Amino acid sequence: MAYLVSHPDEVKVVSKRFGMGATNLDRYLELDGYKAVQKAISMGPDAIINEVKASNLRGRGGAGFPTGLKWSFVPKQSAKPKYVLCNGDESEPGTCKDRLIFEHDPHAVIEGVMIAALAVGAKSGYIYVRGEYRYLLEIMEKAVADAYARGFIGNNIFGSGIDLEIFTHSGAGAYEVGEESALMESLEGKRGIPRIRPPFPAVVGLWGGPTVINNAETLASVPHIILGGGEWFANLGTPRNGGTRLFCMSGELEKPGVYELPMGYNLKKMIYEVSGGMTKGRNLKGVVPGGSSVQILTPDEIDVAMDFDSMMKAGSMLGSGGVIVLDDQMCIVRFALRVAKFYQHESCGWCIPCREGTDWMKKTLTRFHAGGGAAKDIDNLKYLAENMLGRTFCPLGDAAAMPIISYIQKFRKEFEDHLDGKPCPYEKAAEPALV
Amino acid sequence: MKFSDQLEQRFSTMVTHYPTKRSVLVPMLLYIQDEVGALTDEAIHEVAQRTELSDLEVRNVISYYSMLRTRPVGKYNLQVCTNVSCLLRGADDIFEHCKKKLGIGNKESTPDGLFHLEEVECIGACSWAPALMMNYEFHENLTPTKIDELIDGLKKKEQQ
Repeated sequence: MAYLVSHPDEVKVVSKRFGMGATNLDRYLELDGYKAVQKAISMGPDAIINEVKASNLRGRGGAGFPTGLKWSFVPKQSAKPKYVLCNGDESEPGTCKDRLIFEHDPHAVIEGVMIAALAVGAKSGYIYVRGEYRYLLEIMEKAVADAYARGFIGNNIFGSGIDLEIFTHSGAGAYEVGEESALMESLEGKRGIPRIRPPFPAVVGLWGGPTVINNAETLASVPHIILGGGEWFANLGTPRNGGTRLFCMSGELEKPGVYELPMGYNLKKMIYEVSGGMTKGRNLKGVVPGGSSVQILTPDEIDVAMDFDSMMKAGSMLGSGGVIVLDDQMCIVRFALRVAKFYQHESCGWCIPCREGTDWMKKTLTRFHAGGGAAKDIDNLKYLAENMLGRTFCPLGDAAAMPIISYIQKFRKEFEDHLDGKPCPYEKAAEPALV
Repeated sequence: MKFSDQLEQRFSTMVTHYPTKRSVLVPMLLYIQDEVGALTDEAIHEVAQRTELSDLEVRNVISYYSMLRTRPVGKYNLQVCTNVSCLLRGADDIFEHCKKKLGIGNKESTPDGLFHLEEVECIGACSWAPALMMNYEFHENLTPTKIDELIDGLKKKEQQ
């Protein structure tokens, strides 16, 4: 079970029902459950989409694409059935927020899927939960069964004449499946190899039908938008970045945890106030603000607003909400090596720049960190990473390359300090062999 | 090949959820593995028949997913996360401690077939690092003492 934390600066929207027993359907109903979907039925598709557009809700999986706009791309008329797919494959290193949503408020996810389905005219919704999250899948399965038993899902929902089916689906361990086109392949019972776009899923998605794919946190935000209004939600955040966000604080912090803060909250405050600052005796070395795929920020770069646009301006990305805080006992080369090892492990091998690039990054960094590095390796690594950018079907290649480039750009001296066969100068003791 | 009634029931319900038969493949393989212990040749052939695929197509899917395996592992599968958030909080020491405690290396099982140890990628326990999964159970904010308690507890349970 994941532990809950709280801080006075939190604005609880998505986490409003955490710790309140909302997995129980009666309790969920007491806490305004299934009111949003009934309101959405009375609003009709166009009004739902307009409300979500007005909320400035942007994709919480990491890309930050405006949700209302995404929904509006689904054609009104379609010969093939339309689908909604909830992405609960949470696997971005540093990210553990969807876990809390599934654990504490599963019906909010169902309601979000239902509202998305009403908005685009889909008759089926799938909730994909990563394979490792078995206990959460079981919570979701029970929630879906309970909702069916009350007639909230199924035929003629809330007397509207609309039929809507919702199913849960388990993954079996694959980071890449968190990418939307790979997710669809996985749901169709295949290897999670990405599809080329266009056509985008909104036009040709699951089994060839128009499909809306949203992250679990995105969908869990939707019922609150419908009840509270798009304008209310938008005003919680900053311009073009509506609402709140679940930030997963990790690393050597006094109070790590998942905190729900308004979009645009200051990153420095998030570390030193909300999370209680660094563990005693440690100093800040850098922050990876949006999951392992994004660029690192140095301590003098963190006085910045945490929203999609501000983070872009700061040279990084808001990403998945995984704020990974590095302390001064962590060697950047060692950190880079662990990141490279991850992407090498997860690359599906479909696109050559990613398959070969991640492998060479891992090999070079392994040798480099062990003291076998040459000066030219540093620029070679950067050159290698730069040549992966934008040359792959899915963003895994970029996700592997961008952080490595940033570590070299911002911590070049630490790389240079590993040259000439010297043992790693940034670690207390020799670390055990990695592979 | 027949599976348990519960699994047969799950399979017959799940096939009705999708427009194509093969869509059940990934979750079904995982459930079968949970029951049988591994995706054996026989199990693969059975799934292939039921989803109207060739054995090879099923194997092709299996090889993509990190949780799916064709050989059984120890009864208690300890999967230690060493990815960045755990790394920052001492995951390497935790993994080394597990190795010493069990007397086995990465991706190895104890001779009695009780424990299996594996270094894995992010399991979504970043704010409660370092962490591991024992089968489907999360163990978080780990210390060497907690690991000893977990392993000794499981050993004791087996002796009873």
